[in-house]
Amino acid sequence: MLGLNKKDTSLLIIVAILTLLAPFILNPFPEGSAMAQFNAGYPDLMQRFVIFGIFAIGFNILFGLTGYLSFGHAAFLGVGSYSAVWMFKLLSYNVIPAIALSVVVAGLFSLLIGFVSLRRSGIYFSILTLAFAQMSFALAYSVLSNPKFNLTNGETGLQVYADDPQILQGANAPDLPHLFGLPMRATYTMDVGAWSFDFNAGYYLCAVIMMAVFYLAIRIFRSPFGMMLRAVKSNQQRMNYTGLNSKPYTLAAFVISGMYAGLAGGLMAAMDPLAGAERMQWTASGEVVLMTILGGTGTLIGPVLGAGFIKYFENIFSKINDNVLHSWFAFLPDGLEDAVVFLIHPFIGKGWHLTLGILFMLVVIYLPGGLVEGGQRLLNRFKRRKTGTDDAPSGKTEPAE
Amino acid sequence: MAILRVKDVSKRFGGLKALTDVNLNVEENSVHAIIGPNGAGKSTLLNCLVGKLMPDTGSVLFDNNSVLGLEPFQINQMGISRVFQTPEIFGELTVMENMLIPIFAMRDGAFRMHAYETITNEKEVVEQAEAMLEEMNMADKREMHAASLSRGDKRRLEIGMCLSQNPRLLLLDEPTAGMARADTNNTIDLLKQIKDERDITIAIIEHDMHVVFSLAERITVLAQGTPLVEDIPENIRGNPKVREAYLGEAA
Amino acid sequence: MDAILLQILNGLDKGSAYALIALGLTLIFGTLGVVNFAHGALFMIGAFCAVTLQKVMNLSFVTIDETQTDFLGNPLKVETPYVEAWFGPEVGASIIDWSVPLAILFAIPIMLLVGYVMERGLIKHFYKRPHADQILVTFGLAIVLQEIVKYFFGANPIQTPPPDALSGSVDLGTMIGFDPNAIIYPIWRLVYFGFAVAIIGAVFSFLQFTTFGMVVRAGMADRETVGLLGINIDRRFTIMFGIAAAVAGLAGVMYGPLNPPNYHMGMDFLVLSFVVVVVGGMGSLPGAVLAGFLLGILESFASTTWATTTIPGINQIIIYLVAIIVLLTRPRGLMGRKGVMED
Repeated sequence: MLGLNKKDTSLLIIVAILTLLAPFILNPFPEGSAMAQFNAGYPDLMQRFVIFGIFAIGFNILFGLTGYLSFGHAAFLGVGSYSAVWMFKLLSYNVIPAIALSVVVAGLFSLLIGFVSLRRSGIYFSILTLAFAQMSFALAYSVLSNPKFNLTNGETGLQVYADDPQILQGANAPDLPHLFGLPMRATYTMDVGAWSFDFNAGYYLCAVIMMAVFYLAIRIFRSPFGMMLRAVKSNQQRMNYTGLNSKPYTLAAFVISGMYAGLAGGLMAAMDPLAGAERMQWTASGEVVLMTILGGTGTLIGPVLGAGFIKYFENIFSKINDNVLHSWFAFLPDGLEDAVVFLIHPFIGKGWHLTLGILFMLVVIYLPGGLVEGGQRLLNRFKRRKTGTDDAPSGKTEPAE
Repeated sequence: MAILRVKDVSKRFGGLKALTDVNLNVEENSVHAIIGPNGAGKSTLLNCLVGKLMPDTGSVLFDNNSVLGLEPFQINQMGISRVFQTPEIFGELTVMENMLIPIFAMRDGAFRMHAYETITNEKEVVEQAEAMLEEMNMADKREMHAASLSRGDKRRLEIGMCLSQNPRLLLLDEPTAGMARADTNNTIDLLKQIKDERDITIAIIEHDMHVVFSLAERITVLAQGTPLVEDIPENIRGNPKVREAYLGEAA
Repeated sequence: MDAILLQILNGLDKGSAYALIALGLTLIFGTLGVVNFAHGALFMIGAFCAVTLQKVMNLSFVTIDETQTDFLGNPLKVETPYVEAWFGPEVGASIIDWSVPLAILFAIPIMLLVGYVMERGLIKHFYKRPHADQILVTFGLAIVLQEIVKYFFGANPIQTPPPDALSGSVDLGTMIGFDPNAIIYPIWRLVYFGFAVAIIGAVFSFLQFTTFGMVVRAGMADRETVGLLGINIDRRFTIMFGIAAAVAGLAGVMYGPLNPPNYHMGMDFLVLSFVVVVVGGMGSLPGAVLAGFLLGILESFASTTWATTTIPGINQIIIYLVAIIVLLTRPRGLMGRKGVMED
């Protein structure tokens, strides 16, 4: 289907079903129950799942395929957000031109930065992208917000004001981002017994776009172009002596991933018409690196999983506080209960970054293939146990040194 | 007719003369070996031929076109394929993918955004790659990661990747260095077979006399950065100058 | 003239910190071939060694002074730090006053230990892994370290004042013949600069004049040959990692009075220090020091009103701009060695 083989088609269908049914899947606990705080099915969070999924899918096209580790991709995300808000300010609150412009501008911006950064490889490339991103951040934060030429509105963040032109904004159009009249914030809540499910227009727009770009990523992975990108990672010397010019391939991957980032940034602004410089900071670039690696570098579904995982824990894990822990471990004797809560305390709530850092290190050390590899290993072990054969090789596909 | 002409090439590194007035003609459809003791300038000469080094003076013509100052991929497109001392293959990719890449490169040139195609749908390319793997006796290993191949198989794959592009000149840089005797002999047999079955010129830079005398039709002996003699193998073997410069060193 | 001098002096404190961190980074890179993204965290841990010592020194017990009353008429509660009780009020007070410099003594063993544990426990497993993996795992470690510090010390900056005798400013201008008040300079900055020069001097002479240092330098140049000589180069490199950690830590200890330490100061410095290393040339020790001071001073010049009115925001981007230009025109950096990281 759609030019995909059977395996990829089923992957795409699974992803489609999961994203479309996310409002149900992410809200498994009845409203008002003790577990309700683990429900992630509210619009704001669901939107972030798919938007960061898009960001990570794009990053993976660069890092997963070519092996070039960029520490500056948040810059493209930020540029995308700024472009989208400018579209809101100048044209109208319709999200289509905003998202289109954010992709185009991020593409051009990444072409420029990629062209310069890709003249170096390895760690020098990482540092160059880092330097460019930090520079963009500093520019957006201060320089480009001076009164004469206010492109970013500095610390406050760029937003739409009543006196902005909005030349195409119709009289009846909603006064917030909308898709041909359908506001992004429009949410239909369905109550089934004790459960309540939110269906949000913005989420579904992001979800449909994510499925489209996920499909695009599959096509790239399976194309000769994708194979050339993996060749860049594997052996540039051989590639060049095979009559291929590795530079435009890498640059193309860089620009594609930059456009993905711009798209994510544009969608962010479309969900909430505000763009701030902090989106460009290098820690934000680090976040997408974490997502991609945690999920599984170079795999199709890994980055999406990683993005979902991190965003889920960022929002849910951080809500667990000592009271919640006490209620969980109430069955233990008092002293023990306090001890357990005391031990877990640093890793939850505000300490969730600590958990993330440890988890990330463990993945880099023991599970270079991320969650995807972990899942495969579990599956293999399970299969082996089922068939009762122990002599199968350990499922490792790492190349020899 | 000479397909590769090296004319008055000199190269200095600071005070060291690596090459002095090297003149060399490689005839079309021949097997030409360049030998010499360590430090004779073999590697420098090779690097001048493939665009890695720019000689100080002189010219290198392939089929009457200069190769100097070209990028490696441009030199490849002219019809020169290079086999490295340690096999350079795409280790993380499968054997099949290794074979597909040069064929796509032939079809699409140095760069093309063929992101809309799917590899498995490009039947023609896939068939060519399969045929080449068949020819190299590697069809059964097509799904293996290239890095997990044996040394001899890696070399075979690399040669196969070069041949899949139908090069006019195959440059080999000590193709059997570090190989066990059996692998060396296999490689010699493979090269002989290639020579017999294809219209191809082979230039080989080699240290191992066994390889040189089993394959070469002409031999150039380099010593101290300059060609000492050029002749057919039988005459090289008996040449006292060569003995002195090269075999003497080995003895 | 005095304005120029003032800007140079203003650049020295940041430049010193850059130089010290970059020195350790490039030392680790040159010896172990590891790209350490957790190096900024070591700087931060150093700063928190000072914070810890200061807190420990200020630990007090409460006594009730019946002779005095507070404004409600209750007997006054007096907090007396233990050190004052033990060593007498005067000695005790000066110990507390000097807790930042004293923290150096406390930080050296701690940093050596942290460095040693880090290298043996984690880094050593990454020698043969690609640089990208090294970056990633040390990046993870940096997050973990800073979160641990945040857990214990909170997210807000913590004041670590310099000793009274070294706080305040001096009029440097009059000392060297300029007009009075032309160059007023905080004393602690001078101390920090002097301290940095001393540490850099110590590291260089250690490498230059001891047998241990000679072997390490030989190992940096050609690891294999030194290994063939039967010298256990790995153990020495481990010790060098500890030393690099100590250098970063000491830079942090003394930095507290300039800028109150917070848990993410390491990350802030890390990015700039990497830029410094790259500008100086990966693996070049003099390059790191030179580039550190150079960029610190350049940043200070870019922060002048003249510069910021001419090119708004130049102070924010100057370092990155320089890095980009250097990397593109001199790929090996100012003093980089051939063949380092040119994969």
